[in-house]
Amino acid sequence: MDIHEYQAKELLATQGIRLPRGGLAYSPEQAHYRAQEIGGEAWVVKAQIHSGARGKAGGIQLCRSEKEVEQAAEKLLGRRLVTAQTGTPGKLVNRLYIEETVQIDREIYLGFVLDRKEERIMIVASSSGGMEIEEIVEREPDSLVRCSVDPGLGMHEFQAREIAFGLGLDGGLISKAVTTILGCYRVFRDFDASMLEINPLVVSHDELIALDCKMSFDENALFRRPDISELRDKSQEDPRETFAADRGLSYVGLDGEIGCIINGAGLAMATMDMIKIAGGDPANFLDIGGGASPERVAKSFRAVLQDKNVKVILVNIFAGINRCDWVAEGVAKALEEVGVEVPLVVRLSGTKVDEGKAILAARAPGVIVADTLAEAAERAVAEWKATAGRAA
Amino acid sequence: MAILLNKDTRVLVQGITGRIGSFHAEEMLAYGTNVVGGVTPGKGGKSHLGLPIFNTVKGAVAETGAEASIVFVPPPFAADSIMEAADAGIKYCVCITDGIPAQDMMRVKRYMRRYKAENRMRLSGPNCAGTITPSQGMMGIMPGHIYMPGRVGIVGRSGTLGYEAASQMKARGIGVSTSVGIGGDPINGSSFRDILELFNEDPDTDAVVMIGEIGGPQEAEAAAWARDNMKKPLMAYVAGLSAPKGRRMGHAGAIVSAFGESAQEKVEFIREAGHTIVPNPSAFGETVARVLAEMQNAG
Repeated sequence: MDIHEYQAKELLATQGIRLPRGGLAYSPEQAHYRAQEIGGEAWVVKAQIHSGARGKAGGIQLCRSEKEVEQAAEKLLGRRLVTAQTGTPGKLVNRLYIEETVQIDREIYLGFVLDRKEERIMIVASSSGGMEIEEIVEREPDSLVRCSVDPGLGMHEFQAREIAFGLGLDGGLISKAVTTILGCYRVFRDFDASMLEINPLVVSHDELIALDCKMSFDENALFRRPDISELRDKSQEDPRETFAADRGLSYVGLDGEIGCIINGAGLAMATMDMIKIAGGDPANFLDIGGGASPERVAKSFRAVLQDKNVKVILVNIFAGINRCDWVAEGVAKALEEVGVEVPLVVRLSGTKVDEGKAILAARAPGVIVADTLAEAAERAVAEWKATAGRAA
Repeated sequence: MAILLNKDTRVLVQGITGRIGSFHAEEMLAYGTNVVGGVTPGKGGKSHLGLPIFNTVKGAVAETGAEASIVFVPPPFAADSIMEAADAGIKYCVCITDGIPAQDMMRVKRYMRRYKAENRMRLSGPNCAGTITPSQGMMGIMPGHIYMPGRVGIVGRSGTLGYEAASQMKARGIGVSTSVGIGGDPINGSSFRDILELFNEDPDTDAVVMIGEIGGPQEAEAAAWARDNMKKPLMAYVAGLSAPKGRRMGHAGAIVSAFGESAQEKVEFIREAGHTIVPNPSAFGETVARVLAEMQNAG
């Protein structure tokens, strides 16, 4: 789960990490007031959206007067910002962070990730901050400093010091870097982060200041991090995904027109691949999970049909813990209660498959039944092409 | 004797009195698995499904001589249960639980390394369908009847995609020596490579099917290892060709976040390492049949 820059900075502040002075604004008037409150002669108005690369998209504006701050706020609020990372619909800007400007003597990159290979928290830093990490890796690989932390022992001061010296810092900046690095480590560990990035961390008049910060958190750990769960901002999510997530379904919205209802994440990905190979495009990823009741299957139909682009639905179930008869019940229920106007292709396999097929034959005679994964994908794509043909 | 699990393996069920643990313990017993007891703290001394229940894994091991355990404990407590199994001298643990925090799994892996290699527990999962040696034993949640006994090993992240492979093979009369689910989490007990090493040494396995997906370095690592060490044919499928970058596809670990983690890149790497690619998820059966036929022709 992602959080906003200003929220991430609040977490950094608890660790004594230096930040530019700033304040949140929900309206142009409030932005004006914040600028006044902060004082000085220049401010940065930053759109708070869950995406990087905001600067290039016009989401970060330097303003020289309080009037300019207000105008920038006017322009940004309520707008959907499209960055290199958001995709075409972009993300809605409904809050701004107004900050003082800071003199930049040097820019540093500091990132924390869960390293899947080492199975440790890995710290990556570079003296070439200000660029995206991918760009640093490509253009300045020699500037990278790495350090991994043993989960049984935690991070030690000497490790933070090694990073600081590795970045070419010296004098009083060393102890400041140690405070910053160990502080980030504590935030990462104590709140179950999966990614924490300060980019850039700037040297400014012998101070180290976190100019921008991004954090993501492990969704599996949110049950024990209520403070983080509260930071969820649904306005930054795909509404189709919010609808599904609120109903306990694992859903990812995509651009195609063939809706998918599948059990198991791997089979769901494989079915999407099969649709692609057959010449179609999936509208979504949806895993109904194990032990799905008829009600849950009906809910899945509702989630898929939220997407008005869906022209065909493909249900592919290989029942292990699931039961084909329950899934078939769910399909019948969905047809009766939800109203499914689009062609429906169903493939059932595994536990209680014969019972499932019997239920479909009796209560959902219009459903196209397929026996194999390939057949199901081909039928779904054929139906989709036929529908598209009718529309054209 | 296949790998990890056979008809004599004495199996414990941790979390046996819970709804899910109970249901699957019953299925495992029905399959013929040598389940010897269960662990639920606070319910020691009682019995469930005709099996003795223990308060601690140590207590259960002392009484029953259990050497393997399967964990159905809910996510907040699962990591602790795995470590308890490791400390009690369990040799092989399967964790089914989905939703364990990644940092908990880091600690579990670290904890397991406290023990000397010969006493160290092997873990597969979490977030997996389990392990089955057809007609001998099942530690998992799979529909046992779709697996035919035979001589092809399966190792995969996804449960249901593994079922797809096994059933396509069965439809062509091809059986499985052992099928191992390594799970969909970013940090897991055994990697693809760990399981390939076991299959490589197993006299009852002739060839191996590896079922990977987007995210993480493990498929490529396994392919590189197999290129230099594997004495048997390796076939691989990687799910997620249509998955967009940076989006998590259901599994906690199924996210393309770095170079080399997309399905296309992994397929390319595995192909270059000289292994057979299963081109689509409907082609498990035909690919395995073709490779086995080629082996036979080669004598």
